[in-house]
Amino acid sequence: MLESLDNFWSIYSNLVLSLGTASLLALSIYLTLSCGMLAMANAAFMGIGAYTSSILTMTYGWPFPAAIVAGMAAPAVVAFVIGKPTLRLSGVYLAMATLAFGEVVRLCIIRAESLTGGALGLNGIPQLTQWWHVLLAVVAVLFVLARLRRSRIGRAFEAIKEDETAAGLMGIDVNGHKMLAFALGAAIAGLAGVLNAHLTFFIGPQEFGFDRGVEILTMTILGGINSLFGPVLGGIIVTLLPELLRSFKDYRAVANGLILVLIVLFLPKGLWNPAWMRRVLGLERKGVTP
Amino acid sequence: MTELLKLTNVSRHFGGLKVLQDVSFAVRQGAISGLIGPNGAGKTTVFNLITGLLPPTTGDIVLDGATLLGRKPHEITRAGVARTFQNIRIFKEMTLLENVIVGMHRHLAYGVPGLMLALPKYRAEERRARDRARELLSWMKLDHKADDLADNLSYGAQRRLEIARALATEPRLLLLDEPVAGMNSTEKTELMREIVNIQGRGYTIFMIEHDMRFVMGLCEQISVLNFGKIIAQGDPEQIRRDPQVIEAYLGREDDEVAVTPDVEDEA
Repeated sequence: MLESLDNFWSIYSNLVLSLGTASLLALSIYLTLSCGMLAMANAAFMGIGAYTSSILTMTYGWPFPAAIVAGMAAPAVVAFVIGKPTLRLSGVYLAMATLAFGEVVRLCIIRAESLTGGALGLNGIPQLTQWWHVLLAVVAVLFVLARLRRSRIGRAFEAIKEDETAAGLMGIDVNGHKMLAFALGAAIAGLAGVLNAHLTFFIGPQEFGFDRGVEILTMTILGGINSLFGPVLGGIIVTLLPELLRSFKDYRAVANGLILVLIVLFLPKGLWNPAWMRRVLGLERKGVTP
Repeated sequence: MTELLKLTNVSRHFGGLKVLQDVSFAVRQGAISGLIGPNGAGKTTVFNLITGLLPPTTGDIVLDGATLLGRKPHEITRAGVARTFQNIRIFKEMTLLENVIVGMHRHLAYGVPGLMLALPKYRAEERRARDRARELLSWMKLDHKADDLADNLSYGAQRRLEIARALATEPRLLLLDEPVAGMNSTEKTELMREIVNIQGRGYTIFMIEHDMRFVMGLCEQISVLNFGKIIAQGDPEQIRRDPQVIEAYLGREDDEVAVTPDVEDEA
């Protein structure tokens, strides 16, 4: 029994841990979505976190905890700087601005060859991420977000999502709260980047491009933002799907796009939607009993 | 008489369109005052200027001695101005209780550590907010529906919820934008009573309203706006007799029941 578990772990540990980092990414974009903002910069924030921490541990020999802090702080600071002008944009304009920012980050990584290894990426990152780091990170992030939801800050996010003008007239600092959601989301994406980089030996600029951005969005839209379980569920499904359908692996981006379209069309509130789940289960029960 | 709110020569132009020209009036502390005028006269624009949604082109708006110019909407709310909207803007996906608690955002005094660790201070403040929200809902006779989704409320109840939510910001001045639009006469009579009760609790109320019976019955001071200019000010009796007002507004019966939104509403 224990032996088979050992076997399972040695084969699948990377997959299990990437479920954790995927959940973190889904939760990072959940924050901006719960504030009504479609910001697509989370893949870039993940990249900033991954590169910052990897360069620090590889080149400068920083201890891992310090690299984690730096890998979260760097994207948060960048988010603060680009958030100032962009967060006043709404809807599709914010999505466009943040997508463009993502491309800028990717190109900067490629150009800064001496620091980042350019298009070839960084090789030989020390494997410092332990399984419990990932678990702890997911639990800590879930805890913080759950506490936020039950506070005046979470209520302010929801009010801003429903009606920005009305929220402002309730005495809520709309821009301040948007900035908080954006920067905190960036820090969480950075954390996912740090943990992921120190798990896989290698990072390259292509990992943090447009495809990854869509993938992160897909996770959270698939799971839904009604509860914190939604993004986690979405992150797990979107990560497992290509493993289960190995032969279709080349079509990963296609599958993500398809999921996004189908969910938006048929389940706009996502999979984790208690009312919908009850209805589906209720139907199934009816089918079983004669 | 103490003036809580004072507008001095306020103008607002949209391009070449002069929506408001040299509007001056004052709202007396503790009273119920009204602003009336035909559709498109610029009434909602006056509210949008007071609450900081739009800057005036010229002129000054002063609340209790301090200018409101250049302040953001949330800062003006914190200074003590709350409002409702002509086209109701409640948070439909929240419960009534949550709607009102959102209005208390500014008055929940706990920091991030208290919130993260659910310290006694946080729990006490949240409990206080819920109690206060229930009390405000009971003022508007909505406490029995506290946990319902706001979207499921009737039109009249949604308007009353908006007032409860506005009161949650602890305003000194409550602005009501057509509070009885779309209500039947029973609902109007009830709301009239509730507004008098709110005034009795020490709030200053300034309303835009089309329903003449409602305005004349409640307001002690009325300003009349027509084509962006104040054409008359005074108590209900003076307004009723003013020839200019009769010509501009009261003479046209169709305006009394009009509920169509002002054209500048979304501007």
